[in-house]
Amino acid sequence: MISVSGLTIRQGTFALANISFTVPAGGYAVLTGPTGCGKTTVLECVAGLRSPSAGMIQLCDRDVSILPPAGRNVGYVPQDAAIFTHLTVGENLAFALTVRKRPRAEVEARVRELGDQLGLAPLLNRRAVGLSGGEAQRVALGRALAFGPRVLLLDEPLNAVDAATVERLVTVLKEVRTTDRPTVLHVTHSPDEVKGLADIRLSFDGTQIVLTVPPPSGGITFP
Amino acid sequence: MFTESDRPLFGSMYTDSMPHSSDRPFLIALGLLGGLYVLLVAGLLVADVLHTSPDTFAAALASPPIRSALWLSLLSSSITAILAVWVGVPLAYLLSRSRFPGKWLVELLVDVPVVLPPVVVGLSLLLLFQTTTGRWFERTAFPFTYAVAGVVLAQFTVVTALAVRSLRVTFDTLTPRSEDVALTLGCTRAGAFWRVTLPEARRGIMAAFTLAWARAMGEFGPVLVFAGATRYRTEVLPTTVFLELSTGNLEAAVAVALLLVAVAVAVLVVLRAAGVKAGAS
Repeated sequence: MISVSGLTIRQGTFALANISFTVPAGGYAVLTGPTGCGKTTVLECVAGLRSPSAGMIQLCDRDVSILPPAGRNVGYVPQDAAIFTHLTVGENLAFALTVRKRPRAEVEARVRELGDQLGLAPLLNRRAVGLSGGEAQRVALGRALAFGPRVLLLDEPLNAVDAATVERLVTVLKEVRTTDRPTVLHVTHSPDEVKGLADIRLSFDGTQIVLTVPPPSGGITFP
Repeated sequence: MFTESDRPLFGSMYTDSMPHSSDRPFLIALGLLGGLYVLLVAGLLVADVLHTSPDTFAAALASPPIRSALWLSLLSSSITAILAVWVGVPLAYLLSRSRFPGKWLVELLVDVPVVLPPVVVGLSLLLLFQTTTGRWFERTAFPFTYAVAGVVLAQFTVVTALAVRSLRVTFDTLTPRSEDVALTLGCTRAGAFWRVTLPEARRGIMAAFTLAWARAMGEFGPVLVFAGATRYRTEVLPTTVFLELSTGNLEAAVAVALLLVAVAVAVLVVLRAAGVKAGAS
């Protein structure tokens, strides 16, 4: 569950006031709005990368407002993927588990599993430079999913990729919904690309986040 | 044969009237102007080589005071370059990633040694260690003025500013997003710095080390003023050139100068190769 209430952010001339929204556990919410309206800023606040001046953020019924990003257990995929280019694809996927000092066998098994799930198996030993847009986004997604976060934050992951890759990534995201069942907040400026993925639609009208498509009345079901 | 419908949208007047001039004169002009400088540098090296003979060069190398100066130069430049990177990385990282009150002043101060005449840096160091605190430090810790440590401090003062400048560019060009991601994946700020930022900056750090080393090797003014030119003690290769020149021994001066050039070029080539390799592995 992601619950944001009364979120207020001020940075220079940019300001967002009193933003509130909720994504129920296991829900896939897509947040749309024009470029530059502050969607990414809201996402960064939920991830703990930006400190709001007021408001409360709850993840899985836990108040994380003052926790650092590491304490929030969220999987975060930034717009530019921000792949660690000094590591191999496999090491990128293993990063969160390595930081958590998990046993080597467990890390290797998880990396192989993610490699198969995301179609990255042939790339695992390759240094993570010169990846295509779609490959980079899959690596970024796998890296965020590796430690099994209950909340997944996606910042325009389908933005810089061609139509065929969008289709492939949407398929991957659908699989992730079925297998990992995280609560997802997916920021995008083109809602069409996430057809069939989202069950909740939120839109930024410039000042507020409005619920345009509420969660299904029967609760969240997984495809 | 073109028909009416084949004509470009805006008519043919735009495509036809443009004179078809060559880019060659422009490129030749660029090459000539830039080439003059390259020729000058090559000329300097050739003149050095022509002015010495293998015998004088070997004699210079065999001379005990020059050997001593060579070792001190190598040692002090290496220590200086390590210290410059050690201090430069945190400073450049802070300046690149954080905002704090008085940042402009810090940036200004860090740039001072770059624009200050080298002799003034040496004189200022001398004055600093003439203050009560400076004297107390030299008495209780270790002496800098006219001592080997002074050679390193004089070099360090100048080259750290250059290292910080170079490292600042490195950190500015690395996206902070990678660090953000590392934070969400469970790293502390320090963890993200060690695991992500530092490895991603390694080429820039190598470049800064190279720059610091080469500049430290050639530093003359502040070393002479602050550490002096005592044979077997604080004499470094640039000081040797100066001492030999001032006693009219042009042959030895040129031989040492050539040695300085050879060592600097060799290390630059080696470090550059290592830097590129580290980046591509």
